[in-house]
Amino acid sequence: MGRYVLRRLLQLIPVFIGSTFLIYALVWALPGDPFSGKCGQRACPQAYVDMMTAKYNLDDSLPVQYFKYLGKLFSGDFGETFSGNSIGEMMANAAPITIRLAVIAVVIEAIIGIGAGILTGLRGKGFLDNLVLLSTLFLISLPVFVTGIVLQLLLAGEWGIINPSVSSEATVGELIVPGFVLGSLSMAYIARLTRASISENRRADFVRTAIAKGQPNRRVVGVHLLRASVIPVITFLGTDLGALMGGAIVTEGVFNINGLGGLVFRGIQEKDGATVTGIVVLLVIVYLLMSLVVDLLYAVLDPRIRYD
Amino acid sequence: MRRSRWASAAVLVTSAALLLTACGGGSKTDNQTGGSGAADPDATVSVYGTEPQNSFIPSNTNELGGSKAMQPMFSSLIEYRSDTGAPFNLVADSITTTDSKVFDIKLKKGWKFHDGTEVKAKNFIDAWNWASYEPNGQLNTDFFSQIQGYKDLNPGEGKTPTTDKMSGLELVNDYEFKVTLTAPFSVFLSKIGYLAFAPLPDVFFKDPKAFADHPIGNGPMKFVSRTPNADIKLTRFDDYQGEDKVHFKDLDIKIYSSQETAYQDLLSNRLDFMEALPPSATAGGKYQKDLGDRVVQGHLLGISTIAIPYYVPGYNNLDLRKAISLAINREQITKTVMNDTYTPADGWISAGIEGFRPGVCGEWCKYDPAKAKDLFTKSGFTGKLTIASNADGGRKEPLVAACNSIKNALGVECDFVPATNFGEYRSVVTGKKLTGMGRSDWAADYPSIEDFLNPIYKTGASSNDSAYSNPAVDALLEQADSLADKDAAIKLYQQAEDLIAKDLPSIPVWDEKGVGAKSNRLSAVKLDFGRYADYSSIQVNKA
Repeated sequence: MGRYVLRRLLQLIPVFIGSTFLIYALVWALPGDPFSGKCGQRACPQAYVDMMTAKYNLDDSLPVQYFKYLGKLFSGDFGETFSGNSIGEMMANAAPITIRLAVIAVVIEAIIGIGAGILTGLRGKGFLDNLVLLSTLFLISLPVFVTGIVLQLLLAGEWGIINPSVSSEATVGELIVPGFVLGSLSMAYIARLTRASISENRRADFVRTAIAKGQPNRRVVGVHLLRASVIPVITFLGTDLGALMGGAIVTEGVFNINGLGGLVFRGIQEKDGATVTGIVVLLVIVYLLMSLVVDLLYAVLDPRIRYD
Repeated sequence: MRRSRWASAAVLVTSAALLLTACGGGSKTDNQTGGSGAADPDATVSVYGTEPQNSFIPSNTNELGGSKAMQPMFSSLIEYRSDTGAPFNLVADSITTTDSKVFDIKLKKGWKFHDGTEVKAKNFIDAWNWASYEPNGQLNTDFFSQIQGYKDLNPGEGKTPTTDKMSGLELVNDYEFKVTLTAPFSVFLSKIGYLAFAPLPDVFFKDPKAFADHPIGNGPMKFVSRTPNADIKLTRFDDYQGEDKVHFKDLDIKIYSSQETAYQDLLSNRLDFMEALPPSATAGGKYQKDLGDRVVQGHLLGISTIAIPYYVPGYNNLDLRKAISLAINREQITKTVMNDTYTPADGWISAGIEGFRPGVCGEWCKYDPAKAKDLFTKSGFTGKLTIASNADGGRKEPLVAACNSIKNALGVECDFVPATNFGEYRSVVTGKKLTGMGRSDWAADYPSIEDFLNPIYKTGASSNDSAYSNPAVDALLEQADSLADKDAAIKLYQQAEDLIAKDLPSIPVWDEKGVGAKSNRLSAVKLDFGRYADYSSIQVNKA
């Protein structure tokens, strides 16, 4: 297991360099003047353009630019936005909020999704099964912003149960509804995945053995069946957590949460290349680590899976 | 078994609902109506804000998000009245000139910066020199280009400056200085109220970068703290000398990424003021139903036009221009698509500017499909018409309506060409790459008729989107600039506007009215001509 982990960590390096170079090239090598529109209806003064070009090394060739950027990155300096804010500082402010939001979303979708999946997977056809199937279909077909805005209008606007926007501290309580919105789509997938996996494994040999040996139903389902069936779900949850970290753009916009998704969105809108590159670098690392953790969890959950 | 399952499901749902209610934190809307009439001087006011795009230095701030935070912190020589835009002396005691070339500026005594140091003439001179000095790369450096000696500090690309002090700025004594321009310019007195001309304390010059993290100005409010993308906090400066004091304690500029969310917060009284409403609120007049008497109307000094570039083949045709202008039903579009948040325009100057005359565009801006069709056939134009603009921010819908109006009146194909965002659109326009007509809006930097003409219609001007060039107009503008007498200058600017009306380089379409909204906590607030809240007018109800 140790050698496996080491191998995976070493594989991380070329993937990291390759993907970050790609992002850097896409963001900075795009044709178009990054400083157009910065001065409203007027053109920007030449002195300003010169100063910014020097600051971001835009006069150098692309590989040179990239290595200078990488060099600064390893000393912890993510650079500055066009408006002079430290990107590292903004990410440090935004990351805890996004992590909280993503974890809440994953917990909500795991509980509801797996719960619904177990109930329907065990029963087979019936009223509950059709209910779950229909509601998951409904949730999958709704875009995230519709769910978000409808819930915001209902819960905050009409009934006044929650506040329309999240305050800048973003406590766990405030993030429950946004977390639900964020997780609504994945919840549907998890329910279906669990349902399929459970109904398939219900007939497996080890389940028959456990029942034959007199295990109570609770243990058969909760310990033996669940551990084997939850593997595809764990895969999904792992990659979902990574995706939610950077992809909560719409939800963060609707509820005004200052997370990484909003930061990336603003960076893209304002063509602030340094912000986008910095956040993507962080997300690449998060993704790679998450996929490693997920793979290691397989071996824990299913003793039949062994590494090296 | 089955019963307990349903029971547990019911328990789960109930507890979830209770959890949401408890942890939601917020209460139902605070419906404090009216007020005792007295204002609460220790209140906190929250306003809608967008993330500033540049650093917190006055000469580097040129967009709404940054100006909103910077303007209350800095007071310039003059200030503009919030409703009319008329200038009045603020830090200046008197500004005298005989020829509009040399200005003698005397300052009021006793003005202080937020760190306690006094505001003296050299604070202005040093700030203006610093902003003009090319290596400092300030965005607003062009505003100083008329001062004598500017070219020595900012010689242009490739050349190095010879000095960092302009010869046209002369210190007379601690509270007096003289400004000499390269040529007489009657509008200079109106221009110096712009944020770029603000004075800077001595501590700025020791470390400009640290200053940008914690700006120190001389305005009615001083800086407290800032969290990027979250908020900017200011508080009242109690030693403020000017007449535009604020009557509350703290200002919290909340930064939203979505205007819609801010609007929801405003409706539930968690946000006190928005200076503009999102398209979802203005659609169908929904905002009037939601807000009632909480709507705040202002009058903005700006104008929307559609530029018809001369360099696009087939467009260099006066009959075509007249036909297009006659074919747009401005009344209908401003009423239906724009829900009365705009009024039809019939001139190239915004109403409220000194020198504005109604009806300059005259017959060509009145909807007349029959005459339009005749002129269109006469022009002999073949092919398609297009209008380009950025598609976000509610810009697309009125232009699509204009295109449809043209299509119906003239019988010619008309399409809207979208650009993804404002920056991309502007790079197309300034690179002279338009393939059809283009949206060309203008908001006054300072309230003067000159600001609507020189930057747009002079040959080679920076915002001359249509590539218009008329030597007669140029001559009139230059002559007007150089006159010492403001009223005589305005007459010449008006003549220039008349010549422009004959050529139709761009078609005036509508003027924005300026619709904002306030919460129940405020008993009064005014929206000024530049789309900012007039902070000195804010009164907060006593709780």
